[in-house]
Amino acid sequence: MIGFSIAVGVFLVLAILLLIFRLHTLVNVMKQSDKKIGSGYNRTNAMLGMVFMVLSLILFFWYSIKNFDIYQIPIASEHGVLTDRMFWITTAITGVVFIITQVLLFYFSYKYQHSSDRRALYFPDNNKLEFIWTVLPAIVLTSLVVYGLIVWNKVMSPAPDNAEIIEIMGYQFAWRVRYPGKDETLGAYDYRKIDATNEFGLDFADRAAFDDFTPRELHLPKGQPVEFRIRARDVIHSVFAPHFRLKMDAVPGMPTRFWFVPTKTTAEMRIETGKPEFNYEIACTEVCGKGHFSMRLLVVVDEPEEYEKWKAEQKPWLSKNPEYLAKVPDNLKELAMVKSQIESTSSIIQESKN
Amino acid sequence: MSSIAVNEHTDQHVEDHAHEHHDNFITKYIFSQDHKTIAKQYLISGIIWALIGGFLSLIFRIQLGFPEAQLEWLRPLMGKWITSSGKLDPEFFLALVTMHGTIMVFFVLTAGLSGTFSNFLIPLQIGARDMASGFMNMLSYWFFFVSSIIMFVSLFIETGPASGGWVIYPPLSALPQAMSGSGLGMTLWLVAMALFIVSTLLGGINYITTIINLRTKGMSFLKMPLTIWSFFLTAIIGLLSFPVLLGAALLLIFDRSFGTSFYLSDIYIAGEALPNMGGSPILFQHLFWFLGHPEVYIVLLPSLGITSEIISTNSRKPIFGYKAMILSMLGITVLSFVVWAHHMFVSGMNPFLGSIFMLLTLIIAVPSSIKVFNYLTTLWKGNIIFTPAMLFSIGLVSFFISGGLTGLHMGNSAIDIQLHDTYFIVAHFHLVMGAAAFFGLLAGVYHWFPKMFGRMMDNKLGYIHFWITFVGVYMIFFPMHYIGIAGFPRRYYSFTNFDAFSTFVDLNAFVSIAAFLTFAAQFLFLFNFFYSIFKGKKAPANPWKANTLEWTTPRIPQHGNWPGEIPSVHRWPYDFSKPGAKEDFIPQNVPLSETPESNLPFEAKIVAEEKKAIKS
Repeated sequence: MIGFSIAVGVFLVLAILLLIFRLHTLVNVMKQSDKKIGSGYNRTNAMLGMVFMVLSLILFFWYSIKNFDIYQIPIASEHGVLTDRMFWITTAITGVVFIITQVLLFYFSYKYQHSSDRRALYFPDNNKLEFIWTVLPAIVLTSLVVYGLIVWNKVMSPAPDNAEIIEIMGYQFAWRVRYPGKDETLGAYDYRKIDATNEFGLDFADRAAFDDFTPRELHLPKGQPVEFRIRARDVIHSVFAPHFRLKMDAVPGMPTRFWFVPTKTTAEMRIETGKPEFNYEIACTEVCGKGHFSMRLLVVVDEPEEYEKWKAEQKPWLSKNPEYLAKVPDNLKELAMVKSQIESTSSIIQESKN
Repeated sequence: MSSIAVNEHTDQHVEDHAHEHHDNFITKYIFSQDHKTIAKQYLISGIIWALIGGFLSLIFRIQLGFPEAQLEWLRPLMGKWITSSGKLDPEFFLALVTMHGTIMVFFVLTAGLSGTFSNFLIPLQIGARDMASGFMNMLSYWFFFVSSIIMFVSLFIETGPASGGWVIYPPLSALPQAMSGSGLGMTLWLVAMALFIVSTLLGGINYITTIINLRTKGMSFLKMPLTIWSFFLTAIIGLLSFPVLLGAALLLIFDRSFGTSFYLSDIYIAGEALPNMGGSPILFQHLFWFLGHPEVYIVLLPSLGITSEIISTNSRKPIFGYKAMILSMLGITVLSFVVWAHHMFVSGMNPFLGSIFMLLTLIIAVPSSIKVFNYLTTLWKGNIIFTPAMLFSIGLVSFFISGGLTGLHMGNSAIDIQLHDTYFIVAHFHLVMGAAAFFGLLAGVYHWFPKMFGRMMDNKLGYIHFWITFVGVYMIFFPMHYIGIAGFPRRYYSFTNFDAFSTFVDLNAFVSIAAFLTFAAQFLFLFNFFYSIFKGKKAPANPWKANTLEWTTPRIPQHGNWPGEIPSVHRWPYDFSKPGAKEDFIPQNVPLSETPESNLPFEAKIVAEEKKAIKS
């Protein structure tokens, strides 16, 4: 019943609007007002353009200044300072061009609105003008390109030798991280060795894999270079750490990397942002399916000492899943037990009995 | 009685014979080979698609602006895609985003725009009776129609339409295990797009051939209106780039159905390791964007051409820098093929390639800025008449500036690291190619409606439509810049999982409301459009006092366009407000010898030559 009355109401309103429109049209035909070109409507439109331009520029400045701290999120990496500076310089340049061109667009439209006692200027071309506004943008763009190349090459340069290597693997729909352990070398992997427990497909024929550990959270040392080794298991994902200004796709079959230096610990960021619950996060920015929006990885940046302490506390993956010792070739079993801190085979047997 | 009927019949027959065609309902309105009818078919199809594409965006804007909203009332339409708790299904959200993109980019702004105006204007503005091949032209529309049907049907299948984003990156799009939309929905998407590409190629070959071969006497390339130049270059871009998409799609079909590994490697999904090895998902991205980026200009160039024509006509002033406009469009055409990898700065592609593509990408800003400055100079000291078409053209220039400038951010690989796949890029491309191209389409409809249907659209409704849409588009897309700078990723069903994306709830709601308003305003246009087709005021032959040849045809041009001889062309199309001339416009078909009072020195010199040519 309600639906029906709404429908009738909508119908009536539409009918009335139609009637008004029809009457209006007929009145105009009588007045012949649409024959005049420079009529009031021409002036109204020109005025509206100016009003729109002025109001929206005011709104633009007001909002941009007032909410600066909301949309400009704090930077927590060394290269982030460079890329953000690049961003704001580009924004300043484009901002000036934006304002000049938009003001001219609406001002000219207003100033040169139709008048029957005036003629437009016949001005088909002017090589000097064309030359100026070809060369001027070219110069500005060249400098932006050069500047951009310098920053880009710096960000994308090979990681320093002392960089902490950490692997991030994306899958539907989460991230997993792997640290190389005491030997500082990530063990080999093979996607065919992946199963429900061995999520990384660790290959235990490689001795470097024995001490790798895979914590739930990603910990990073402040002030030290870190290199992410990024891969995906099923479809393309993309590692995005907004505060670090870091983004790199995770591609199945093609490992990628990105190195950076975190500059603020989680604790420092909590003070800076005034949010005691602040946490660094990694999100996915390449659409990957149903749970794309939920691929959150918690990141903790520690002081270097805390970081080392945390690392020392982590147990190798193999020690948590000792049944995978069976996959280790016989000649490496002993080494595997030492590296993964498994005390003895008897303790395993005991554990499995418990 | 009967003799009269017989007479009428023979008269009809004689006339038919003269025009070499036989009208019946089917050949006139359905399987028509007349370029004007095909243009209208494209236009109506484009409008229907725009409504569908827009409506899809409203559904996901409800989700983004009002994540708490109860959507139970959408169940009659969306069935199981509304979850039991009355929410939008997250997977269908992706389907909506994907189909919105696909529909808007291909079915509205490629087929709807080029299909309408290239078909309608090319023969009329270059002085031809019809397209080079009317039959191919008809095929082009009907391939598009079949493609449309398949794409439309895919919206309603049980597993849902394609959902991996309009860029359909594999492996997501290749593996039905990855998401349900990658099953039958993706197959239908690929089939529809393959047919769509066939349609585009048939159309494009026709446009190019017609422009090269069927220009009327005197219509040299440098006397062609900028609209024709833009359609010409657009068709060339399409002809060179769409086949690459077809190739990419074919390889994807092989990967999906025949066990090949072009794009697949090292994949463990749904509890099993797939046998595919050695493929590269990046290969698909290269192939896709080799079309995908030129596609931006396929969408934009026709609108820029239309705008050039409308701004010049309604400023009563020649377009400033006609040759510079052509050169910059040529520059854009060439450069559009060498910038594709700027979509892939953080795809894992070699960073050195990133440097190269950043350089090439920023070069393309030069011809674009030349165009903007030329538009501004055309307005300067003009005598501007604000028809709705003119307003939409000015709106286009405004969007082109706003969206184009952020291209300098996106094209800079260092800045792109943070902005890639955030709302910043959404704001950028919706302004510069979405809204701008859409405004070009609307401007074109308002401007050429009198020639299409012989009647005028209502100006006042047009004004209201313009102002709501113009302000609305800015309200929708401008705030997205802030959301993007803050790092909000696109294609996110919800932002509540992340602390970093917990702000801007109010701004997202604002954007959604603006989207609803803007969509609602389009019904003013629809009413105006359909009402005016039947009841609009009858149009004069040349209502805007324009110079190009289409306005020399009768009020409603019949098959063959000109009842007598095709007019020949004696001057460029932008002789507005020429000093000394009686009127403020001189159509292209007026010989220089008839306007000695306004001829420029170089024109006075060629009058004698021209006289000779007219005699012969």
